[in-house]
Amino acid sequence: MEENNQGSGNFVDRFEFHDYYLTEEFLTEEHKLIRATVREWVKKNVTPIIEDYAQNAKFPVHLVKEMGEMGLFGPTVSQKYGGQGLDYISYGIMMQEVERGDSGIRSTASVQGSLVMYPIYAFGSEEQKMKYLPKLASGEWLGCFGLTEPNFGSNPAGMTTNIKDMGDHYLLNGSKMWISNAPYSQMAVIWAKDDQGIIRGVILETGMEGYTQPEIHHKWSLRASSTGELVFDNVKVPKQNILPGVKGLKGPLSCLNNARYGIAWGALGVALDCYDTALRYAKERIQFDRPIAGFQLTQKKLAEMITEITKAQLLTWRLGVLKNEDRATPAQISMAKRNNIEIALNIAREARQILGGMGITGEYSIMRHMMNLESVVTYEGTHDIHLLITGMDITGINAFNG
Amino acid sequence: MKILLCASKTPDTTAKINFTADKKALDANGVQFILNPYDDHALARAMDIKEKNNSHLTVIHAGDAGSEAILRRALSIGADDCIRINLEPADSYTVAHEIAHAIQGENFDLIFTGRESIDFNGSQVCSLLGEMLNIPSIDFVTDIQIEGNLATLKRFIDGGEETLQVNLPIVISATKELAEPRIPNMRGIMASRTKPIKVVEPSGDAALVMLEQFEPPVAKTGCTFVDAADAAKLIDILHQQEKVI
Repeated sequence: MEENNQGSGNFVDRFEFHDYYLTEEFLTEEHKLIRATVREWVKKNVTPIIEDYAQNAKFPVHLVKEMGEMGLFGPTVSQKYGGQGLDYISYGIMMQEVERGDSGIRSTASVQGSLVMYPIYAFGSEEQKMKYLPKLASGEWLGCFGLTEPNFGSNPAGMTTNIKDMGDHYLLNGSKMWISNAPYSQMAVIWAKDDQGIIRGVILETGMEGYTQPEIHHKWSLRASSTGELVFDNVKVPKQNILPGVKGLKGPLSCLNNARYGIAWGALGVALDCYDTALRYAKERIQFDRPIAGFQLTQKKLAEMITEITKAQLLTWRLGVLKNEDRATPAQISMAKRNNIEIALNIAREARQILGGMGITGEYSIMRHMMNLESVVTYEGTHDIHLLITGMDITGINAFNG
Repeated sequence: MKILLCASKTPDTTAKINFTADKKALDANGVQFILNPYDDHALARAMDIKEKNNSHLTVIHAGDAGSEAILRRALSIGADDCIRINLEPADSYTVAHEIAHAIQGENFDLIFTGRESIDFNGSQVCSLLGEMLNIPSIDFVTDIQIEGNLATLKRFIDGGEETLQVNLPIVISATKELAEPRIPNMRGIMASRTKPIKVVEPSGDAALVMLEQFEPPVAKTGCTFVDAADAAKLIDILHQQEKVI
């Protein structure tokens, strides 16, 4: 697969952006330049090849370096550490455009930027920042993030992975599950309990004795993204590999906050791509001697799609402003993540129907997007958990345990 | 070495073209503007040469402040600075004249244009500039290599390809074969924040062309089938209806 970087021939990405309420007037010229740039990159380097990689369940690993060169990893990290020092709306726009291509590729960027670079940037020592961030930003290294365990998904506080203080080092034991990028990663940020039961961030490097990263096979979703497990069998971890700046669950949760914010934008990208495909197809497809876009039931589907997209665009832009001002609450981010994936899933399903049989083929992106979203609606906080976060936020009562 | 790229702003290749009610101007509503694609190929090759020779690359453009997004993109790709001639271009002669006027005394060694802009398709600025600056101009260049003061160029000619050698300074027009366009990266976009776009006023000389009006091509109609046995009907249509015979 690696040599087949040009895809299967004549694919032309005809995507056009849709902005019914002229929301781009909220953006700066620089935001628009970033959007055009990432879209151009996706049209040239992602959409022509992604279907083949997804069909063959291969990770287009060559894109990691390209994404690094483009500056798609950790764009909000300062330039001192190899990032770009851009704002959160820029980051969101990038995720929207990349996920418009494929959720799996966006997942790679989310994990690298929000789940690996962010905790090192926010909680790491100066040595850790200088050692890891430039390599991660450039795509020289790929990182992964270990929080979820086989028996602890929505309830990460129950994790059993642990570090034992051995005097001059820690001994790490346990395992992590559903880890994007794991099989291809050169390093990981994982979360484990110390002798006092406090959750700590631990940096691991591939090749440490007792540390393995087996791949999870046979996924029907995120097929162009690599997912694995992380297994720790008496791994000797140097003490300087602990993130000094954070203790407790707020460490990993603050990472997830940033990733979820990017996912809210990304899901919007999927919704736009499915709507764009369905709209074009409906105008070109003739049945009963007229374009199917002329039938009321098709118009209902398309009109509801653009209505939901427009609402989500306004919601997401506003969240971006709050995030830039450091005022976006986790509950607000949950609402956007949950809403945008839900509308994207519904739009993918309706768009698939408009395309009829063609909708199930790899000629169009819709079915791949739809299958990808089945992961996105679950990872980084499930659909139901985000609803309970909103519920807790508005009632003040925690419904997680009962 | 000093390199100059002459850049045009054109509607996006997918734009739907309409004219204003008086047919005097393009209706820009909903139209996305881009750097003329041939200029994008020229920019990529100019960047190759700039990086190899550590040269200075300036972009020059005739247009209003609305063009600055396109210039910012060129700066993000790696151009060092821009000159914007504050003028809505009326014809190729004016553009070439104003560029020649704006770069008086600058002594650029290598000047790029695109082979044509994809809106008016004039293909004239390169030759006009050569004449006005009194330097060689070479159109439709597919390859350029620079050794010291000598440029080796390839260009399409009828039925083949021509190889030329010419001393700098020169002005050339780029075909799409010259280089694959580049995409900016975030570092370039950040760097472009501090790069200057110098605005200069035009010389004020009047354009030579007066625009009367635009006329969109007549929409294509369906095909009429005439039975092979009914030649008289075909002749009647061509004679009476289409008036071509």
